[in-house]
Amino acid sequence: MSASTHTASHTSGEVNYINEFKGLKSWFTSLDHKRIGLLYMISVLFFFLVGGLFALLIRLELFKPGAQYLTPDQYNQVMTYHGAIMVFMVIVPGIPAILGNFFLPLQIGAKDVAFPRLNLTSWYVFMLGAIIAICTLFLGKIDTGWTFYTPYSIKTGTAATMMVVAAFVMGMSSILTGLNFIVTVHKLRAPGMTMFRIPLFIWAIYSTAVLQILATPVLGITLLLLAMERTFGVGIFDPNLGGDPVLFQHFFWFYSHPAVYIMILPAMGVVSELIAAFSRKTIFGYTAIAFSSIGIAAVSFFVWGHHMFVSGQSEVAGIVFSFLTMLVGVPTAIKMFNWLSTLYRGNISFESPMLFALGFLFLFAIGGVTGIMLATIATDVHFHDTYFVVAHFHYVMVGGTLMALMGGLYYWFPKMFGKMYNETLARLTFVLIFIGFNVTFFPQFILGAMGMPRRYFDYIPAYQSLNSISTIGSWLIGCGFLLSLYVIVTALRSGEKASDNPWGAKTLEWQTSSPPPHTNFHVEPVVTAGPYEYK
Amino acid sequence: MSTSSSHTHDSHVAHHFRDANHQFESAKQGIWLFMVTEILMFGGLFVGYAIFHALYPKMFAEGASHLNWKLGFVNTLVLIFSSYTMAMSIHHLQKNEKSQAVTKLWLTVGCGVIFMCIKAFEYTGKFQHGFLPGRLLDVVHTGAESANLGMYYGFYYCMTGLHGLHVLIGMGLIVWLALRAQKGEFGEDYFTPVEGVGIFWHIVDLIWIFLFPLLYLVG
Repeated sequence: MSASTHTASHTSGEVNYINEFKGLKSWFTSLDHKRIGLLYMISVLFFFLVGGLFALLIRLELFKPGAQYLTPDQYNQVMTYHGAIMVFMVIVPGIPAILGNFFLPLQIGAKDVAFPRLNLTSWYVFMLGAIIAICTLFLGKIDTGWTFYTPYSIKTGTAATMMVVAAFVMGMSSILTGLNFIVTVHKLRAPGMTMFRIPLFIWAIYSTAVLQILATPVLGITLLLLAMERTFGVGIFDPNLGGDPVLFQHFFWFYSHPAVYIMILPAMGVVSELIAAFSRKTIFGYTAIAFSSIGIAAVSFFVWGHHMFVSGQSEVAGIVFSFLTMLVGVPTAIKMFNWLSTLYRGNISFESPMLFALGFLFLFAIGGVTGIMLATIATDVHFHDTYFVVAHFHYVMVGGTLMALMGGLYYWFPKMFGKMYNETLARLTFVLIFIGFNVTFFPQFILGAMGMPRRYFDYIPAYQSLNSISTIGSWLIGCGFLLSLYVIVTALRSGEKASDNPWGAKTLEWQTSSPPPHTNFHVEPVVTAGPYEYK
Repeated sequence: MSTSSSHTHDSHVAHHFRDANHQFESAKQGIWLFMVTEILMFGGLFVGYAIFHALYPKMFAEGASHLNWKLGFVNTLVLIFSSYTMAMSIHHLQKNEKSQAVTKLWLTVGCGVIFMCIKAFEYTGKFQHGFLPGRLLDVVHTGAESANLGMYYGFYYCMTGLHGLHVLIGMGLIVWLALRAQKGEFGEDYFTPVEGVGIFWHIVDLIWIFLFPLLYLVG
């Protein structure tokens, strides 16, 4: 409706953050949060490709029962690399490090993040960890699964120590990013940008940063102890020496459950932006959505025991953790209903970012509801360690986070690069990914309910047809992502010039030129209204 | 003089901050957040300690009885004194008393050296007598009575080792501060790095104050 241009329009061919400095060195030494966001984008998308190839290999092997292309040992390695790469190198850094880095300062009207040098350091630390992780591929590999459970991870004769060090290093990078974002939100908001005028994406990134700060150090010490265990046999996790392997699970999930929200909260933030922008309507329940992000972050620290319902945890602990886990459903549902209420009587248009946001609502609802089924102890005893769990967390992590990442990339692409992509092809990527995703993972719910255990190399013939369907779905997803790569590359090479605010959105980043100048705004913005003041 | 000092202060303010104070407050908040992560990281070790101490109180008492609490006590005093010299260096910088500030910084480094020397002395003694972590513990040589005494030393080496690593990093940072202070880079207008490293050093000191009774005096 209102393709409004709030500030004075800018002349074309002007100086922006991309063309102001030239040469490779200017990129690798840049302290500009926008350029660092792009460095993250290139590296994370590359790791996503690698992790995705491992995923396709897993599905290819499981196309039929019995050995197809891999040995059982190779299968365990492929499964481990798929999980470890996707978690530590794609989904955890994904939205915060790419879109957060780029748009956090822009959305609050700052010139940069609080500590630009630290920001660049985070990227180098991340890359160091990633390179160590990739090196394990050539130096012994690893077959523990991404969770590194003891006692197997102490015994296995693979490069587990090195992988653990890699995860530790990438965790440090995550901590530094989170620290940077918290201080930025507190200290660098533009005049008039009160805490209740910041966009909901910022609330989500802020809650994520709090989790990164509070949870990641515990993972750090857990992984260090595991490395010590493997090197010196300190005995803390080793039952032969009086230690307790379940303690490792407690420590690990004390980080890794909040980490699940490190992965999903930023996605929820992106979806809030998309739904408001493409409904052209003030978001329903701004305060409720903002506080539900904080609420999810707070509750997430008290639910880790639901990963251990069958690990010999006491029944009382099990019941308490089950109850607390269901509590997460409350703030999550608050978000869902607020998004739906925003859509209600909105002036909705179905551009590709919006399609991904609606896809998110659909898939995340399924992921969330099956989460409640897993939080119920009686049903979890049956579903635990089956494909039901695999389907559940893929609906949340892929159906949720990756859909939002794709939607966010398409939404902000014109701002980041000043160019438009082919909208028809972009919508086609959504169709391929959305259909492919459901074809891949919905059968896995049924397989899990039938009792097919996760992480196994082989299965009985009764599971074959559903597994074959699932594998075919994985090819559709692969085609969808390849097509989006094509869409992005062609848009970068020959896309039409984008206007400053192609969607008519109201948040601050759309009030500056596309792409923005090095210091983000031509005139320091003064904020007088909330982020979603649509008429 | 005033122009030159205002020049140094301006050159330290990055373009995205309003003024020197805005930058100082932001840096300080960042450092405190980083300290939260440090405390949580050590927190994992403290929780592990609490769990296994509750399970095997005798084993922890036996392990502690082989440590020399007098050396640990001296080290506690050394670190507390170093926190005092660190705080005093900032006090002097705020009054533009450069040479006193530099002296206090070098004194802090000196305390770190004493601490690490005593720690190295303790470690070598333990190594020679076979008090090694976990499965490496020499049961015959040490005359260990409790089963799994090695776990106590697992905790001992992990906790003091990680702490010692922090002391070393802190010393390196304070040497860097002392050299910069010598060149007159800090004064009442700008002492953010000294403040930040100071907070780090105090937290490292504080962690030792918990480690000392838990490892040396337990049982």
